[in-house]
Amino acid sequence: MEELANLFHGFAVALQPYNIMLMIVGITLGVIIGVLPGLGGANGVAILLPLTFSMPPTSAIIMLSCIYWGALFGGAITSILFNIPGEPWSVATTFDGYPMAQQGKPGEALTAAFTSSFVGALFAVIMITLVAPLVAGFALRFGPAEKFAVYFLAFCSFVGLSKEPPFKTIAAMMMGFALAAVGLDSITGQLRLTFGVTELLNGFDFLIAVIGLFGIGEILLTMEEGLAFRGGNASINLRVVLQTWRELPAYWMTSLRSCLIGCWMGVTPAGATPASFMSYGIAKRLSRRGNNFGKGEIEGVIAPETAAHAAGTAALLPMLSLGVPGSPTAAVLLGGLLIWGLQPGPMLFVEQKEFVWGLIASMYLGNLAGLIVVLTCVPIFAAILRVPFSIIAPLILVLCAIGAYSVHNSTFDVMLMLVFGVLGYLLKKCNYPLAPLVLAIVLGDKAEEAFRQSLLGSQGSLGVFFSNGLVSTIMALGLVALFWSAIQDGYSRLRTSMA
Amino acid sequence: MTERSGSESGPAHKTLEFGMALLIGAFGLVVIFGSVKAGINWGAEGPRAGFFPFYVGAAIVGASAINLWNAQRDDDGRVFADWGQLRQVMSVLVPTAIYVASMPFVGLYVASTVFIAWFMRWLGGYRWLTTIAVAVGMPVVTYLVFERWFLVPLPKGPFEEWLGL
Repeated sequence: MEELANLFHGFAVALQPYNIMLMIVGITLGVIIGVLPGLGGANGVAILLPLTFSMPPTSAIIMLSCIYWGALFGGAITSILFNIPGEPWSVATTFDGYPMAQQGKPGEALTAAFTSSFVGALFAVIMITLVAPLVAGFALRFGPAEKFAVYFLAFCSFVGLSKEPPFKTIAAMMMGFALAAVGLDSITGQLRLTFGVTELLNGFDFLIAVIGLFGIGEILLTMEEGLAFRGGNASINLRVVLQTWRELPAYWMTSLRSCLIGCWMGVTPAGATPASFMSYGIAKRLSRRGNNFGKGEIEGVIAPETAAHAAGTAALLPMLSLGVPGSPTAAVLLGGLLIWGLQPGPMLFVEQKEFVWGLIASMYLGNLAGLIVVLTCVPIFAAILRVPFSIIAPLILVLCAIGAYSVHNSTFDVMLMLVFGVLGYLLKKCNYPLAPLVLAIVLGDKAEEAFRQSLLGSQGSLGVFFSNGLVSTIMALGLVALFWSAIQDGYSRLRTSMA
Repeated sequence: MTERSGSESGPAHKTLEFGMALLIGAFGLVVIFGSVKAGINWGAEGPRAGFFPFYVGAAIVGASAINLWNAQRDDDGRVFADWGQLRQVMSVLVPTAIYVASMPFVGLYVASTVFIAWFMRWLGGYRWLTTIAVAVGMPVVTYLVFERWFLVPLPKGPFEEWLGL
């Protein structure tokens, strides 16, 4: 059991006092980020990434991933107490969480949400512990063609699985690839698409894009609704927590199912948001009390929260083992790896054991710490929400500007951030998905490199992507994912015509 | 082109959808143009720099054409946002643009102070005391956290120079 020894070594790393402190700081910041409108997991991590430039990589990733867990926890607070989802993946939590709070059971709803989040995350971390080394070991044998096939699969599942129109997904994704291509071509060393603008020599940094698209864009969207805000009150006491915990085991089937849905949706880059909706929908259909869903059913809180947290955590599996992030936030973390001088992908498990296992161990500890922090500090976080948006908004905008500036110490980047912000607002309003755009900016260069290297090996024949069983299988899966909605359409049409 | 539905009025969603598809399509054309300039065929050492982006650009143009077609086909008469909402958005966007543009000249701290103060005083309607407390407090905290604790330098202007920071 070499993995077990590695994991224990990882715990030793994560349990160093400095790292524990960063863990708590990260969780607290993360919950605040999750609670505040306009600051989400992805751009929260992006803004704080420059703070970690001077830290050792292991400590840096522990802090940043804990921000991510915190944000996952925090989204539930606003959904349940104020019917305002702090994060897109907690929209489904509002359906039953808010009615529960209205009926005078906010403590139960919050406890159920936090506990389910923890269960979902724990399930996903155990899966990562067991599966990630295997996947990484397997992926070590990948050549350029297989690598490209994995990217192909990742991007195709976006098109097939996202709820946005497929051609909008493709347009957004391809814009990301185009932005990634700007600047120095890594293979020939030639400049391209810069049109003589010196600021574009190094291309577009995805951190700027993330801060603009998600941060500024979100603020502009929130402004549409105006500045009015109704506050609410909440507290959790130990009695309510224990009582809710006694109720929860009865819903083990829902939890398990939601864990599996979450892990699956997290590994394929569909992400936490569709996972939470899917899990809620299935729970509603299968539950004996399905008719009560939407009126304050505790199962309707458990299902989406478990799935969202499982998906959010599972998104790190492909990032660690293949170098393909499963969500925008995982993409930002992957960008962090590059900045700290680590090469994401299967080699991490061979060359950077301490980093990988320290991170995995911190996932166990971070989620436990997160559960404790949110259960004990809910009133404080709810109070943050009562700070009016006209104070929060300028502070967030200033933070975004600081984050964008400190990536390269460049004020040009701050302007770029604003442009991305307006773009993000418009794209969001027109129903273009932002996640594939960001992922394409992060992975564009790597995908292109794999593509060109494969073609070099085959003298330009596309047959290289179907040259052996492995690569053909991945490519075929990708094509299925690409046409998934069309296949579903055809199938249901076939069934109706048969009936 | 404006459409009215009920009491709300504002630019039609269709117009914006249309404009977005055109804009993205134009971006695709720029990418194709740039790729062709960089060379899209095979050179001595394999595919040249414009090879991959060329197909990316082509895909953008193709997808935008379909989005354009879809946009003009289904018109549900929705408005994009009513004028009041757009005014709200602009009331944030315009000062943010000024804030960002002034940063290279006056530095981040002074620009942030003015920006926060403006926001709170005019959009939030706070008392001067609260406004000034937050507007001055935030940059000070930022300075301590970023420059002192995490050693991340932020842009400074004449004011910081005068203070000798």
